[in-house]
Amino acid sequence: MAYEAWSADTAANIIRSHEGREGALLPILHDIQEAFGYVPEPAEPMIAEALSLSRAEVHGVVTFYHDFRREPAGRHVLKVCRAEACQAAGGDVLAARCEKHLGVAFGETSLDGRVTLEPVYCLGLCSVSPAAMLDGRIVGRLDEKKIDKLMAETA
Amino acid sequence: MAGLRIYVPGDAAAVACGADGIAKAIPPLAAKRKVAVEIVRNGSRGMHWLEPMLEVVTDKGRIAYGPVEMDDLESVFDAMIAGGAAHKLRVGVPEEHPFLKKQTRLTFARCGIVDPHSLDEYLAHDGYKGLMKALADPAGIVAAVTESGLRGRGGAGFPTGIKWKTVADAQADRKYIVCNADEGDSGTFADRMIMEGDPFVLIEGMTIAGIAVGATRGYVYIRSEYPHAIAVMNDAIRTAKNAGYLGRSVAGSAFAFDIEVRVGAGAYVCGEETALLESLEGRRGQVRAKPPLPAHKGLFGKPTVINNVLSLASVPVIMDRGAAYYKNFGVGRSRGTMPIQLAGNLKYGGLFETAFGITLGELVDDIGGGTFTGRPVKAVQVGGPLGAYFPRALFDTPFDYEAFAGRDGLIGHAGVVVFDDTADMAKQARFAMEFCAVESCGKCTPCRIGSTRGVETIDRIVEGVEPEKNLAVLTDLCNTMKFGSLCALGGFTPYPVMSALTHFPEDFVPAPQKQAAE
Repeated sequence: MAYEAWSADTAANIIRSHEGREGALLPILHDIQEAFGYVPEPAEPMIAEALSLSRAEVHGVVTFYHDFRREPAGRHVLKVCRAEACQAAGGDVLAARCEKHLGVAFGETSLDGRVTLEPVYCLGLCSVSPAAMLDGRIVGRLDEKKIDKLMAETA
Repeated sequence: MAGLRIYVPGDAAAVACGADGIAKAIPPLAAKRKVAVEIVRNGSRGMHWLEPMLEVVTDKGRIAYGPVEMDDLESVFDAMIAGGAAHKLRVGVPEEHPFLKKQTRLTFARCGIVDPHSLDEYLAHDGYKGLMKALADPAGIVAAVTESGLRGRGGAGFPTGIKWKTVADAQADRKYIVCNADEGDSGTFADRMIMEGDPFVLIEGMTIAGIAVGATRGYVYIRSEYPHAIAVMNDAIRTAKNAGYLGRSVAGSAFAFDIEVRVGAGAYVCGEETALLESLEGRRGQVRAKPPLPAHKGLFGKPTVINNVLSLASVPVIMDRGAAYYKNFGVGRSRGTMPIQLAGNLKYGGLFETAFGITLGELVDDIGGGTFTGRPVKAVQVGGPLGAYFPRALFDTPFDYEAFAGRDGLIGHAGVVVFDDTADMAKQARFAMEFCAVESCGKCTPCRIGSTRGVETIDRIVEGVEPEKNLAVLTDLCNTMKFGSLCALGGFTPYPVMSALTHFPEDFVPAPQKQAAE
């Protein structure tokens, strides 16, 4: 996924597009992240000013939610479900396989910036578990072959 | 429209099993054979082990095939052209499949049958009949919902009608309807399926709620892990607006109502209603102390109805068929039907809507067919990460709010996750504490600190460090969390932990001792 480099103008436009909206902070942060791939720190004071919040309040929200990144992710993001229904279907073994093959722990990005491995607590695919999501594409009924194929796609 | 009408589910469970690729591959096959096809991306019927389950319209009705993988598509397509002919993957008429035949589908009546993008199909399948009856007697809505016995399907089981009455009676310049679609419990996907398979029923339910309590604005808070549901809901809301079912004058009436989708950001605790409201307002998803109840002071301090997707999606059928019709299903104080979600290590996983009262054993053994690994069932977690683990000895428990509570469990959002005998229940108990520690909003001490201490204590027990003393600590800790936490995250985490400990004590014995005992 190609993201734009940080631009205060783009950020200002995004913020302006939510003017007058009730509870606009999360929608703004989602849009900022969609544009840049993460929530760049310089965006925080801009959002704070527009919404009459303190910078600390905005920062507090950015850091509270798992979705918001404070730095760019790898070129690919592999989210592996670690919740109970996937555990019951052998998900733990596959999760460990991902860490081993990609050489990163959950929550980390590979040194070459190729892939970020993240845990996700439920994709709602519990009846076709184990499940994962690669760059927004969902895959269920995972086995070693399928997860290896997903990992190969990040190469 | 001429030619073959083929259904390829757009439900995320089907998509995760390759449905998008199948849908794309059909037109070239059809062109090669010079056959005209119309592809409908329906919701899922809920027989997920058969996904992607394709259906073709024939003069004998719809004929299903599944699970269709790419390698089988060409031969399945030929069988479809031949009028639903024989094939090793032929399922037959879906409604006649025992899994569907045994169900009572009220909330899910249309899911998998209609095109979720078509308002016309919704209307042709009894859609908006409930709204019309509600508009004919707006003052009677709250009484009808109360009379139906509908209780909150999100997990708390609070009577929906009473909640609505409180908001209806509140005086305010603005009121809100908030739909909790932050379905974070592992093992649950019914909200997702409804939003992806029959989005208009949720819109209708929210609209009726708005008319009932005097709210003009609704929000659907959907978790970000559900991109497909978000897309379908947004599309359906646009369609409903264009058709005049949302907006300044709902279906030509004097009532105004509008809905907007808001997307969560990966915080499990936002499924708790007050944390969700905080999140909607643009803050950290921290739980609010109650009182005040959201019904008095909810979103932006205004009286707010906050209900789960399934609660709201059950309202149209209650209004259409009458409270008594709905109430006649079920047992005790659990009235109506429950869309139960069968998941984990199960041969026949999927969605099974039935009247309350079916036993856990029937669900796991008869309907679910036991484990797909073929090994014996060891434990079943009902109600998500905060639900208790039940052993086979409790399989006679009927699916009923009070019956589960009576056995130190909960039905929650009705997710059933099955584990085989390779499961280590001490590990599962540790995971419950770990999950609570990761997802705690941090507001109250029992949850924030207790969960971390819980992980440490379970580790010590398993390592064999003063096990008796540490078991006492764990029990005491669970007690503190249960009674001292602000919300269900800290308050219910003891359920999986204590049930694992109570029903599977052997798993908490340190490894060397296990060997010595054998």
